Amino acid sequence: MARVKFLCDADRCIECNACVTACKNEHEVPWGINRRRVVTINDGKPGERSVSMACMHCTDAPCAAVCPVSCFYTTADGVVLHSKDLCIGCGYCFYACPFGAPQYPKVGNFGSRGKMDKCTYCAGGPEADSTPAEYAKYGANRLAEGKLPICAEMCSTKSLLAGDGAIIAEIYKERVMKRGYGSGMWGWKTAYADSPTG
Amino acid sequence: MPSSLSHLRALCAAIALLFVFAHPAAAQLTFKPTAEAVQEDKLLNALKEGDKITGRISIPDTMASSLIQPAGRDWRDFQRSKLPIIGGVAILGMIVLLAIFLAVRGRIRVDHGFSGTKILRFASFERFTHWLTASCFVVLALSGLNISFGRVLIMPLFGAQAFATMSGWAKIAHDYLAFPFMLGLAIMFLIWIKDNIPGKLDWQWIKQGGGILANGKHPPAKRFNAGQKGIFWIVIIGGALMSVSGWFMLFPYLPANVTALQFWTVIHAVIAMLFIAAMLAHIYIGSVGMEGAFDAMGTGEVDLNWAKEHHALWVAEEQAKGRAPSKDGTHAVAAE
Repeated sequence: MARVKFLCDADRCIECNACVTACKNEHEVPWGINRRRVVTINDGKPGERSVSMACMHCTDAPCAAVCPVSCFYTTADGVVLHSKDLCIGCGYCFYACPFGAPQYPKVGNFGSRGKMDKCTYCAGGPEADSTPAEYAKYGANRLAEGKLPICAEMCSTKSLLAGDGAIIAEIYKERVMKRGYGSGMWGWKTAYADSPTG
Repeated sequence: MPSSLSHLRALCAAIALLFVFAHPAAAQLTFKPTAEAVQEDKLLNALKEGDKITGRISIPDTMASSLIQPAGRDWRDFQRSKLPIIGGVAILGMIVLLAIFLAVRGRIRVDHGFSGTKILRFASFERFTHWLTASCFVVLALSGLNISFGRVLIMPLFGAQAFATMSGWAKIAHDYLAFPFMLGLAIMFLIWIKDNIPGKLDWQWIKQGGGILANGKHPPAKRFNAGQKGIFWIVIIGGALMSVSGWFMLFPYLPANVTALQFWTVIHAVIAMLFIAAMLAHIYIGSVGMEGAFDAMGTGEVDLNWAKEHHALWVAEEQAKGRAPSKDGTHAVAAE
């Protein structure tokens, strides 16, 4: 089975934030939580670049390694998911995550945290596929319908790519060859250190 | 209309001149915004230890401006590799040390036996404060150890679902009991600080090893000996560090900075392991380790012979104030 990944071609990103909005809409993500965000590096200076970032679904995911209750699991496609039934809202995954992916509704003790929420690669959670229970906790399960994540699917400049890691890496390399420049496969070295191309 | 034509000609010349003058300014821009854009590799290589790649975001969550923070790897390594070693050495090491001590030295007896006469050592409010802090500490320690090691030690016994439910309650207990614990710390500090200022006697006590190793030799001490003063300051300083670091974990949106939170969680975990180890020794010597010691925090009244052996100067002070039975033990304890 394919090992799916995200790749943001920052030389194409126009910081329109449509991926952020589409994600929020698709999953009815609660107020204050952003599963995806666009960060602009060197904003206002020549050569600034914007990167759309969410959970990178790391190989040997740090969140899964530090979770005190072991609520994370990796699907056969390489998507890192978690169970909100097990999550205790301790925040450890946020400390370990290189990409700031874990988000928390501020409904816990003294208005802090609550059960963690993050990008699911539009693949839902441990509940049965495409059920109301799954949707309420994790949002839409597009992967179960044979569709790719909404953020990448509607990206107007095709900056954000989702799909088989080997294929999207190849597409990016072809682009860099053709145009003669590229600011890098943001996050790949950190997320897939053992197999940055695989 | 020759005049208007000449005007137009002059205008065209002026515009053309503008372009001619403007052009060199544009030519000075040698930067190629495509080829010379920021590179992830360069940013990653330039990062200092514990630093992160950040930028500007258009959403209100300021923590989301951090794009990549490789320091998360170090934090993970601390949690999974270093903390079990620190905790294992500190806690298991202390248990082994105490077991060896018990085997070699045995229980420290009251050399002259119980006199049957009691002297008030801790008033009810002092005992209340002690047990308030102590009971909170035990729950905080167990629920904290559960967060660090429960996944490895306890989860296999009960399964993921039951363990997560238990851990959820343990986390709530940890969060809420932090407050009475901090209250207890503050009261203990206020009521016992006057008896815990280090002095010359403490140096003498330390040089004689507290008389713990040799039978029947007790260095003189006032209300608290150097060992007890040590425990007091471990509790106050360790407790203060636990409180400050824990405060940031209770309210993670106060610092709103993942690097600061990583730092405080490491402080919290390391101090916790050392704190638990120190408290194991305290619990040991206050119960199994020394005959007659538990009464001080139990009923509040200790045997006069125990008090004379361990706190001779304090007993003399209390007797001078008329708050303690005299040598023959005929006087009752004076009411405060």
